[in-house]
Amino acid sequence: MSKPVLFKQRKYILFVLLPFLVACQGTIKPWVKPYERNNLTLPVMDWALDPVADNYMHHVYQAREGAQGAEGTSGGGCGCN
Amino acid sequence: MVVTNTKLVGLLVLIAIFVELTQQSHAAVLPKDRSDVMYHSYQGGGMSIDGPSILIRKKINNKISASFSHYVDMVSSASVDVLATASAYKEERSEQSVGLNYLQDSTLISASVSQSSENDYEAKSFNFDLSHEFFGSLTTLTMGVSKGNDEITKNGNDTFFEQAERVNYRLGLNQILTKNFTMGVNLEAINNQGYLNNPYRSYRYLDGAAASGYSYATEVYPNTRTSNAGALRARYFLPYNAAIYASARLFADTWGIKANTYTVGYSQSIADNWLVDFHVRFYAQDQADFYQDMFARKDQYNFMARDKEMSTFNDVTIGIKGRYVFKFAHTSWAKASSVNLSVDHIQFDYDNFNNVLNQPESGGAVGSESLYGFSATVVRFYVSLWY
Repeated sequence: MSKPVLFKQRKYILFVLLPFLVACQGTIKPWVKPYERNNLTLPVMDWALDPVADNYMHHVYQAREGAQGAEGTSGGGCGCN
Repeated sequence: MVVTNTKLVGLLVLIAIFVELTQQSHAAVLPKDRSDVMYHSYQGGGMSIDGPSILIRKKINNKISASFSHYVDMVSSASVDVLATASAYKEERSEQSVGLNYLQDSTLISASVSQSSENDYEAKSFNFDLSHEFFGSLTTLTMGVSKGNDEITKNGNDTFFEQAERVNYRLGLNQILTKNFTMGVNLEAINNQGYLNNPYRSYRYLDGAAASGYSYATEVYPNTRTSNAGALRARYFLPYNAAIYASARLFADTWGIKANTYTVGYSQSIADNWLVDFHVRFYAQDQADFYQDMFARKDQYNFMARDKEMSTFNDVTIGIKGRYVFKFAHTSWAKASSVNLSVDHIQFDYDNFNNVLNQPESGGAVGSESLYGFSATVVRFYVSLWY
């Protein structure tokens, strides 16, 4: 019967956090304005500059390593076996 | 009942946050129209793989973008796995994929199907992804699911036919922290079921009747595998038009494999047209529970593998990329083009996978060959065109 106690605690944590989270939404505003984002649009800051070349490297590693996933792209169907 | 209520409250909290944040949404954009043509080459460990790859992406209207990709691997293999129990072989694999992106305000919905074919392996997969920008476009939430079905046959054995299924669940969050700094986290859970081993790979076991002291038998893998991976990444802009970036990934699965991946890199733009990138990647994993380089006897356990991909090993990649961009006149139908060359060198070192092509030292025990290791060079040459 220990599990229900744990879940009860989680339930109360959520109730306590809820007003804070909603309150935060009202006070925290986006702090980087659109006109300040020039650097972020440059090629050196682009995670997906070369999708074809990046996907190929994912395939190279997937076929030779035990780990896979969380690369930030859709996966699957590589027939790597 | 308590559990149900807790989940319900959690869901309500998430919905409340989501609704609140989406009130500050800004419009997202469709992926840029582009075409890429790439030649790729992998040389190492007795394997030679090369071929072309093509991507074409075009907007249909201001809400829908379509893409098509075609990829070919021409394989010539004389790897240590092949030479241990069989002969070198050649084969070809091709993969086609078509996809659609649909943009609705700050939400981008993507769906794609792909098919991979080779003479003994057919793989089909369906991918669905959703990306939503909110909090003044400082935050991007992504989620996706993929479903794959594979059909496995075996050359030289007409009666061999097996199937495997794969489901991927993805969740990601990218956050612009300052005008020079972004961070992201990606989580992915993968569930595999069915025939998960390679029908050509074998485990070896001690056999006093064999001249070498050991024999081979077909591997036996579990029919299910559940994997979890989590990755954190960050990219920071430097004032001289450069950026440093880093990522870390942790992985664990129900086969007992635990792995870490770390990448650091540096990108530098030079004189508007050039971009140079250096990166280093470290990967290390612990072996699967059912892996051994040498088993004591045939059918010793329910599950037995000697795939080097299941062993304890590490690999290190050092890579460099160069890119030159041509910018066209505003009146031209094409906006820009780039010519790119990437070269990566990967060194694999295995901790408990022996090189059976070498003999044990004089007087050494059966199965005491030196450890295996190899290096590979990956080359990607590609041209991109934006229009």
